[in-house]
Amino acid sequence: MFNEITLGQYYQTDSVIHRLDPRVKLIATLAYIISLFIVNGWAGYVLAALYLVIVISLSRVPFHYIVRGMKAVMFILLITILFNLFLTPGTPVWTLGPLTLTREGIVFAVKMAVRLTFLIFGSSLMTLTTTPNELTDAMESVMGPLKVLHVPVHEISMMMSIALRFIPILMEETDKIMKAQIARGADFESRNLMKKIHSLVPLLVPLFISAFRRANDLAMAMEARCYRGGEGRTKMKPLAYRGADAAAYVFLALYFASCIVLRILGM
Amino acid sequence: MEMVRAEGLIHDYITRDEEGNVSGTVRAVDGVDLHVQLGQFIAVLGHNGSGKSTLAKHINALLYPTGGTVWLDGMDTQDESRLWNIRQEAGMIFQNPDNQIIGQVVEEDVGFGPENMGVPTKEIWQRVEEALKAVGMWEFRKKSPNRLSGGQKQRVSIAGVIAMHPKCIVMDEPTAMLDPGGRREVIRAARALNEVEKITIILITHHMEEAIYADHIYVMDQGKIALQGTPREVFSHVEQMQELHLDVPKVTLLAHELGKRGLKLPAGILTKEELAAALGLSAAREEHTSASGALNAGQEQ
Amino acid sequence: MALRVDDISYEYEKGTAMSVHALAHVSVNIPDGQFIGLVGHTGSGKSTFVQMLNGLLKPSEGHIYWNDQDIHADGFDRKKLRADVGLVFQYPEHQLFEQDVISDVMFGPRNLGFSEEECRKRAEKALRSSGLSEEFWKQSPFDLSGGQQRRAAIAGVLAMQPKVLILDEPTAGLDPRGRDEILDMVRGMKQQLHMTILLVSHSMDDVAEYADRIIVMNDAKILMDGSPKEVFARYKELEAVGLSAPQMVYIMQYLRECGLPVRTDILTVDEAAEEILRHRGELHVQ
Repeated sequence: MFNEITLGQYYQTDSVIHRLDPRVKLIATLAYIISLFIVNGWAGYVLAALYLVIVISLSRVPFHYIVRGMKAVMFILLITILFNLFLTPGTPVWTLGPLTLTREGIVFAVKMAVRLTFLIFGSSLMTLTTTPNELTDAMESVMGPLKVLHVPVHEISMMMSIALRFIPILMEETDKIMKAQIARGADFESRNLMKKIHSLVPLLVPLFISAFRRANDLAMAMEARCYRGGEGRTKMKPLAYRGADAAAYVFLALYFASCIVLRILGM
Repeated sequence: MEMVRAEGLIHDYITRDEEGNVSGTVRAVDGVDLHVQLGQFIAVLGHNGSGKSTLAKHINALLYPTGGTVWLDGMDTQDESRLWNIRQEAGMIFQNPDNQIIGQVVEEDVGFGPENMGVPTKEIWQRVEEALKAVGMWEFRKKSPNRLSGGQKQRVSIAGVIAMHPKCIVMDEPTAMLDPGGRREVIRAARALNEVEKITIILITHHMEEAIYADHIYVMDQGKIALQGTPREVFSHVEQMQELHLDVPKVTLLAHELGKRGLKLPAGILTKEELAAALGLSAAREEHTSASGALNAGQEQ
Repeated sequence: MALRVDDISYEYEKGTAMSVHALAHVSVNIPDGQFIGLVGHTGSGKSTFVQMLNGLLKPSEGHIYWNDQDIHADGFDRKKLRADVGLVFQYPEHQLFEQDVISDVMFGPRNLGFSEEECRKRAEKALRSSGLSEEFWKQSPFDLSGGQQRRAAIAGVLAMQPKVLILDEPTAGLDPRGRDEILDMVRGMKQQLHMTILLVSHSMDDVAEYADRIIVMNDAKILMDGSPKEVFARYKELEAVGLSAPQMVYIMQYLRECGLPVRTDILTVDEAAEEILRHRGELHVQ
C-alpha cells in the first residue's frame, strides 16, 4: 500500500542535474521556494512553471514518477485548499449553511494550490537527484558558518540523511504490520474518526518498537565503524564546484531576478 | 601471533525496575577464556541466549568486561586511548542486514568507515573499490541498498568493514535472517576473506553447517564454554550436542545411530565419503557422483 | 471446508514497465486435514500466494473458492474468511502491541465481535495450544524471549480458531531448539485441533520431516506437487532451480553409487540406519 510513495526517494540515473554540486541544488531549492512567495501574478507562476519544466526535463526523472510522489501529500494539499476556499473573507459567491465561498477565497486557494504543488515538485526534485549523503555534505557546508554559534551542523545533517534512508524501510514495515493485523480481523477502513484513531494503536505500537530497535542497532553499527561525530572526518566525495555549477548559478540568478522584476511590475 | 585473547571474561547485564532502580543482574558471559590466532577461522556455536552475542561485542569494545580482561592484538579493550584502534582492527557484522547500512548508495556506505577514520579521499576510493571487489559487489556500487537481497546487503556490510583494513572480522549471526542462498553467499565471502586476505574470522552462529570449515569451534551454553575443539572433535560428541539443543551434520548423526545399533564406526564422521569409507565401500566412480557436488552445496547452507 | 485455487495470476505494478508476474496460472486444491509444505526460494511467489488465500491480496486473474464460494464475490464475508484461514506472517512477534500477552491474543476474537468472556476463553485455549505457560500470560509481551514472543504471536492467530493455518517461515531466525519446538507445536495443533496446515519454508529438511504433501514453487509457478518421497526423488530438478533435497537423500544416493544397494527414498535418520543395517552382510567394517 505504501510502496508507491516516491516522495523524496533518490532516483538513480545520469543527468546534468544529478551531476551538479549538491550545494547548488540546495541553494537553488531554497531560492525556488522563496521565489514562489515573491511572485504573485499569473506571469510569475508561468515563469516558475517554466523553471520546473526545464529542470525536470534536464533531470531525466520520468514525470509520472514525480507525480506519483505527490499522492502522499494530496491530503495536506486538499485541506489547505478547503481552508482557503471557505475561510477567506470577501465577496460571497455561494453559501452553504455556515460556509461561505468567496471570490477572493477561490483565487487565493488556486494560487495556494499552485504554490504548494510547485513547492513540492521543486523540493522533491532536489532529493530525487541528490543522494542523502551528498545532501548531508551540502547542508553541512552551507550551514557551516553556524558552527560558530555552536549549532551541531554535522549531527543535524547526519540525522536527516539517516531518516531519509529509513523511510522506505519503515513504509514497508507499516504495510507488513497492517496486513498482519488485518489477518487478525483488524479494520483500518472504518469511517468513524474515533474508531479510526483507536484502530491505529495496533499499527503504531509495533512500528515505534521496531523503529527504536532499528535505531539502537544502527547506533551500534555506526560506533563499530569508528563513527565519532564530524571531528576528524574526511570525505569520500568532497564538494568541488565545476563549470556546470557556475552556469547553474547564473541561470538561477536570472530566474530569481526575473521573479523580482515581475513582482515589481505586479504581474 | 595472538589476535584475540580473553581471560576469565564475565559480563553482567543490569536489570532495572520501572522506577529505574537496579533490581538484579543477569550473567550473560561467565568466565570465558578465548584464544584466537591471527588468520584463523573460528566459529562460536550456541543457542539463543547462550551468551555468544555478548561475547562478540566484547571483542571490539562495544561492551566492557564486568570481570576478566579481553585483549585485541595485544590491546586491552578497556584502554580508552586505544578504542579507535581496536574498532578499526576488529570489524563487526551484525544480524539484521537493514540496520547496519548507513549510506543510501552502496559505494557511499562502504566509504563510511574510512571517512570516520580520516582516510584521504583518493585512498577512500581505492579502498572502496578493493573492498567491493573482494565480496563480488563491485557492479552494484551505484545501487540503493534497498534494492538488494539479504545476502547482497550482508556482503555490502562486509565490504564496509574490509574498507577499514581490519585484521579481524567478528560476525554476529550474519546469516540468521537470510534464506539458504543468502547464507551460502555470506559464508562463501567470509571463507574467501579468510583464505585469500588472511583476515581472522570469528563467526557467531547457530547453524552448524557454517561451522564445519572452522579451524576451531567454541560451543557456548549458559555463558560458559561447554565444548571446544576442531569440528571433528566437537561433532563427535553427538549426545552432548543434542543436550545443548544444537544440530550435528545428518551424516554424523547417521553414523552415530548405526553405532548405537551395534555397527562400530569411528567417531566424528563429517562427510558421506567418510561414511562410505568407514562402511568399507569403495569410493564411487567419478561419472556416478553427480550428487556429490550437491551434498557439498547442501552442507554449505 | 476446502480451499480451491483456480488458475490465479498476480502482477505487481500492473500496466507499467516494471510489471512483474508474482504468480502465473496457479491452481491448487487444499482439502481438509493435510499438512502441506510450501517450498521455494525468495521471490518464487510463495509469500504472494499465501496472502491470496485469506483475501489480503486479490488475484489479477482467476478465482479462489472457500467451501465452493468465490471469496471475491460480492457479499462474501472476508473478515470471517480471515478467521477461518489464519495467516501467521514471517517474524510474527513484530505485530505484538498490547500491554499483556493475553490481551494481545484476545485482539483477534475481539475483532470478530465475541463477548469478553468468550474472547478470554479462546485466548486461553490458544495460549495452551501454543505451549506458552501460564506464568507469562499477564506479562508484557516485550519482556518475553524471542521464542516465547513468537508463540504468543502464533496464539494470536490460533485464537480466531482457524480451520486452515498458514505459517510463513515460522522458524526464521530461531536456533535449532526454537525451530524444533515451533515445528512440534504445529504438528501437535494438526493432530489435536484437526487443522489443515500450510507451512512455508526454505528448509527441505524441516518440510521432509513434518509434511505429508509438498508443493514446490519456482518463478511464480508450481513446479511440483506430491508426497515428500515423490518430490525428493526429483532432486536433480530441485537443484536446477536452486533448491536441494534433504541431506539424507544425498547420503543414501552416494552409498548406492558406492555399490551398496540401499533404497534412496529415505528421509529420516532412523529409516536410513535401518536400511543400511538390512544390508549388513555386504559391509566390510573394520
